[in-house]
Amino acid sequence: MSVQEEVLRLENVNVSYGSHVVLQDINLAVEEHDFLGIIGPNGGGKSTLLKVILGLVKPYSGLVRVLGNTPEKSRSRIGYVPQTSNYDHGFPASVQDVVMMGRYSRAGLLRYYNATDRAVVRQALQEVGMLEHASTQIGQLSGGQQQRVLIARALVSEPSLLLLDEPTASIDTTMQTEFYELLEHLKKQMTIIMVSHDIGAVSVFVDKIACLNQRLFYHGSREVSPEVLEATYKCPVQLIAHGNVPHRVLREH
Amino acid sequence: MFDTFQFEFMRNALMAGLLASVACGLVGVYVVVKKIVSMSGSIAHSSFGGIGLGYLLKFSPVLGAMLFALLSALTMGVVTKKTKLPEDTATGIIWALGMALGVIFIGLSAGYAPDLMSYLFGNILTVPSSDLLLMLGLDAVIITLIIIFYKDFLLLCFDEEYATVAGMPVNQLYLLLLCMVALTVVVLIRVVGMILVIAMLTFPAALARRFTNDLKKMMLLSVLFGMVFTFGGLWLSFVLNLASGATIILFSGIVLLITYIVGGLKQQRAHH
Repeated sequence: MSVQEEVLRLENVNVSYGSHVVLQDINLAVEEHDFLGIIGPNGGGKSTLLKVILGLVKPYSGLVRVLGNTPEKSRSRIGYVPQTSNYDHGFPASVQDVVMMGRYSRAGLLRYYNATDRAVVRQALQEVGMLEHASTQIGQLSGGQQQRVLIARALVSEPSLLLLDEPTASIDTTMQTEFYELLEHLKKQMTIIMVSHDIGAVSVFVDKIACLNQRLFYHGSREVSPEVLEATYKCPVQLIAHGNVPHRVLREH
Repeated sequence: MFDTFQFEFMRNALMAGLLASVACGLVGVYVVVKKIVSMSGSIAHSSFGGIGLGYLLKFSPVLGAMLFALLSALTMGVVTKKTKLPEDTATGIIWALGMALGVIFIGLSAGYAPDLMSYLFGNILTVPSSDLLLMLGLDAVIITLIIIFYKDFLLLCFDEEYATVAGMPVNQLYLLLLCMVALTVVVLIRVVGMILVIAMLTFPAALARRFTNDLKKMMLLSVLFGMVFTFGGLWLSFVLNLASGATIILFSGIVLLITYIVGGLKQQRAHH
């Protein structure tokens, strides 16, 4: 078995906002071409964890190594798909403009976008099925379409690591399958970490799964026992199992 | 017929209007899309401190205004990025401090402050040639910065968090943007006055936003609307014998209001 490059390592990471502890003693290692799903309740620290990996949030203790370096040095190699609500939907930018922003990490200061950048952008728009909307103003798209644009923006930076924050939140069920097929395909090219509060959605497609609610329970496989879910959500599984959770979380039972 | 004296007045007024429209049209677009209208208002008003200092120490009040505008832009940028003080609060503090300093400085200069009204409310007909040169220089700086940093400012305004992730020196570019606002304030001060500057930074860009979804086109349209407002307002002020700066602002406001009302009516009709 070949030794895989370690993409991400968190050791004893602690994060708090003032006196409010958000992440406690997080340990996590992710290897190349892993597809890790992180589930947990809202407010459990999922988005914060991604921001720690991106270096946007500084832990007060612990070690964070991304692609063999600090988050600040590595983040231009990370593709980040935030939740859609981060920007002003009335902003005068087209789909193409927004996806082009993903090329910024490649271009940097003082270089204009060139023909290569434009070709990569078209390719990514094609890949997420948004090429025909290239000139549409970003706010005129549906939530799911905007999500696909943000994925395209992350892809054009040609990242080694892709971080997805609740990517299925605004995608309808029929499009979700399509979306996961895209991820299946991307998995061959990069390492993916996806957080979601939607247990069913994550567990079917990811290779490895972790549960996060201030603390991280990492399993190294996608089978999650009801006991762990219970520990994560700090309430009986029954209460969160509206959508037949056990059926989708466990491979067999 | 105009005699030579009047001709120079008119020529300077037209040049001033043109230069002001370029600056406010371009930078106003960033002010509007980045939603830093009140911050820009604060930068504009705090420049009063510099005008006062100019009177007190007997140097050009316009240079004083530039000094104070740049200083408050930098202070505001650093304070909002590096401390927990809310943007809104910093805006209010700098706004008031600059004005207060101005009042004190002018008081200390034994009350001798010729043309004070023209700095406060603008007088496009009395712009001296030296100020025109300064305005031309500042326009050149603003245009050059926008050409160099177009893609950077676009990303900065759209999504600051993503800009950080993409490796942009976000804080530095944000400071640069605020400094551009400060320079624009200086360009506009002679035309509409420091109190009304904020209107020229907002109206043309806001109107342009209604006609396009493209930032570059928005800039071109905004400059064009700036010219229409300035020259239309100037002409009206002649005809109605009113103060030029205030007439320019009122005229722009009325046009903006009409387009919103017409737009609203059209939308309603489309619904029926």
